[in-house]
Amino acid sequence: MRLNGAAILIECLIEQGVGTVFGFPGGAVLPIYDELYKRQDRISHVLTAHEQHAGHAADGYARASGRTGVCIATSGPGATNLVTAIATAYMDSTPVVFITGNVPQSLMGTDSFQEADISGITMPITKHNYMVTKVERLADTLREAFYIAASGRPGPVVVDIPKDVQIAETEYIPASGDALIPKISMKHPMMQLRPEGSALERYKIKAQPRLEKAAQLIAEAHRPLIYCGGGVSLSGAQAELLALAERVDAPVVSTLMGLGAVPAEHNRMLGMLGMHGTHAANIAMQRCDLLIAVGVRFSDRALGKAETFAPDAKVLHIDIDRAEINKNVSTTLHITGDARVVLELLLARVSQKKHEQWMQQARSMAEEYLDDGLFEPRKILKSMAYCAPDITVATDVGQHQMWTAQHFPFSRVRQLISSGGLGTMGFGLGAAMGAAQSDPEGKPVALVTGDGSFRMNLTELSTIVYYNIPVIVVIFNNGTLGMVRQWQTLFFGHRYSQTTLDRGPDFMKLADAYGLKGTRVDSIGDFEAAFAAAYKEGKPCIIECMLDIDEMVAPMVAPGSPIDSFCLN
Amino acid sequence: MYINHDDSRRYTVGVLVDNEPGVLSRVSGLFSRRGFNIESLTVGTTMDPEISRITIVVKGNDANIEQLVQQLYKLICVQKVQVMQPRNSVERQLLLVKVKAGVTEREGLMRLVDIFKAKVLDVTRTSMTLQITGENDKIASMLSLLEDYGILELVRTGVVALERGDGVMSSDIFD
Repeated sequence: MRLNGAAILIECLIEQGVGTVFGFPGGAVLPIYDELYKRQDRISHVLTAHEQHAGHAADGYARASGRTGVCIATSGPGATNLVTAIATAYMDSTPVVFITGNVPQSLMGTDSFQEADISGITMPITKHNYMVTKVERLADTLREAFYIAASGRPGPVVVDIPKDVQIAETEYIPASGDALIPKISMKHPMMQLRPEGSALERYKIKAQPRLEKAAQLIAEAHRPLIYCGGGVSLSGAQAELLALAERVDAPVVSTLMGLGAVPAEHNRMLGMLGMHGTHAANIAMQRCDLLIAVGVRFSDRALGKAETFAPDAKVLHIDIDRAEINKNVSTTLHITGDARVVLELLLARVSQKKHEQWMQQARSMAEEYLDDGLFEPRKILKSMAYCAPDITVATDVGQHQMWTAQHFPFSRVRQLISSGGLGTMGFGLGAAMGAAQSDPEGKPVALVTGDGSFRMNLTELSTIVYYNIPVIVVIFNNGTLGMVRQWQTLFFGHRYSQTTLDRGPDFMKLADAYGLKGTRVDSIGDFEAAFAAAYKEGKPCIIECMLDIDEMVAPMVAPGSPIDSFCLN
Repeated sequence: MYINHDDSRRYTVGVLVDNEPGVLSRVSGLFSRRGFNIESLTVGTTMDPEISRITIVVKGNDANIEQLVQQLYKLICVQKVQVMQPRNSVERQLLLVKVKAGVTEREGLMRLVDIFKAKVLDVTRTSMTLQITGENDKIASMLSLLEDYGILELVRTGVVALERGDGVMSSDIFD
């Protein structure tokens, strides 16, 4: 079949099983949008108001479903508007393929209209990127891009396609199954998939000495603790992780990205650790003598002061990315590999252990924490969970994000969609939209956001209304950039520099303007009624919760402090 | 547990990469954003026209270098990384230097050229251009001696290095 580059792109998306793309048209992607128009029976396109949110939507789609998200934008400003979305996906290891158009190669390098070197710009924030210079290479480049995005430690890949390549024609040879996998690069460590068949046998032999040492470390431990991160969810290792916790008789702490892998209500789960971690999690971290770290990267937000982190512990680190080993914390032993495979192999070598006293100690700390006084944000989140325990919850970034992580009892992986690494305010609405679009049943998704974050992405209300995407927007309105204010209260002598949001918009009038239902609530009863109705109705809507400006996220460990020295309880 | 980033040594790292546009900026960008100071970087093709070899001299400690190697391997264009052990490798760089040299200085300079096994590439009434190859120390001491004459201009290639012995660095490392 002789096709032009734009048509080959669409064929390759279909090859990859892509049904939905998010994007925004422009001069340098006109041929692509022309093909999208012709093939709307196969690929549906969601038009956002801004490229950044199309990027976050593709990211949210990938986080919620595990399938690679796709986003399309034009050259120059279209492409640079994606930069925050790409960096967000990169920091949280989400598989997204970003397609950008570029000016024709004849104009490239001449500072022509809407020209930007997007592959140069995105080099440090992508797993890999391409600029396609020949249409003959386009199909294979796209296949490689999808493979790289989803394999190993996933991440974003940018494919920049100059307009002349979109127009040029070549013979397109369809591919499926194994032919979709690039042959040469298969051995590259960043492109390895979960080993199966003979590859698994080879991996077993290679990993055996380390597995045996790991089993020995576990056998010798008296106070083992499992530290669960986003890698567990990415590899689908939650069942194996819980089985290991039971076998080793260990409590579990989780990073923000790891929440849900072990259900919040499970008696082994001590909660999130780190700056806003639970007492139980942080104290257990400091007391354990073996830390089994699975799919984590020892982020500074989880560690507190690295020098004093887990002082008595040997560290067993399991991660697919070898570069994470010994990066922030030096390990006693590491096993590089897919979390599910490694845990499965490890389980076969670990015998049943009993650490009654340690488990009791860890759990008693958890109970102490649960007895803390009640406050509004916590009640709102508990009420949400009561109405819809299984709902996917997206967040923006700030106080509301930490409250959600602390108080919504996540019970499955991919239930929390949040920008952990980059901490991108304005991530939420696009991400929620993408998450909702990825669900074939079209179940509602909740977005918990703050008035500060929401002002960065509220322009996408038109998108969720137009496509009737069931996102319940829950705004925690405290009239301030709450997390920054909290730091100003604690560390900057109550000098509230540029954080008070004593200005519009009126979110109820905004809801009116965009044509969706808005409810303002200031009591938990009203919230519950509004949320339950919204969930049942399954239509986009806004629920605005009026909160006190001085509400703080607690507990809190000051940045750079030992993880068990709380500055706020 | 905690990784100490203090003590600093000099490391020579060989990297085999795909010979593609943008590869050098991928590699050098990685160094700068991860906070590594490149002392020297050279690049050239190998026997295989599709593979280039980069030699980088960098300051750090063992923990830094482990991290650097692993980060390099995350670049899709990187095929093989090798940290050279100083005792187990040969290193050379080439220097071209233009020195002030009138009639009276030429003879002294020629003696230095002799001692350092350098070459004279160009002579004018007021200057001489020399070529020196060798290890860092040799080049440094030659330069310090040339300073007495007045160095007008200099350019150096940066370090290239190979491991001693019959082992070779092949790109086929992922088996």
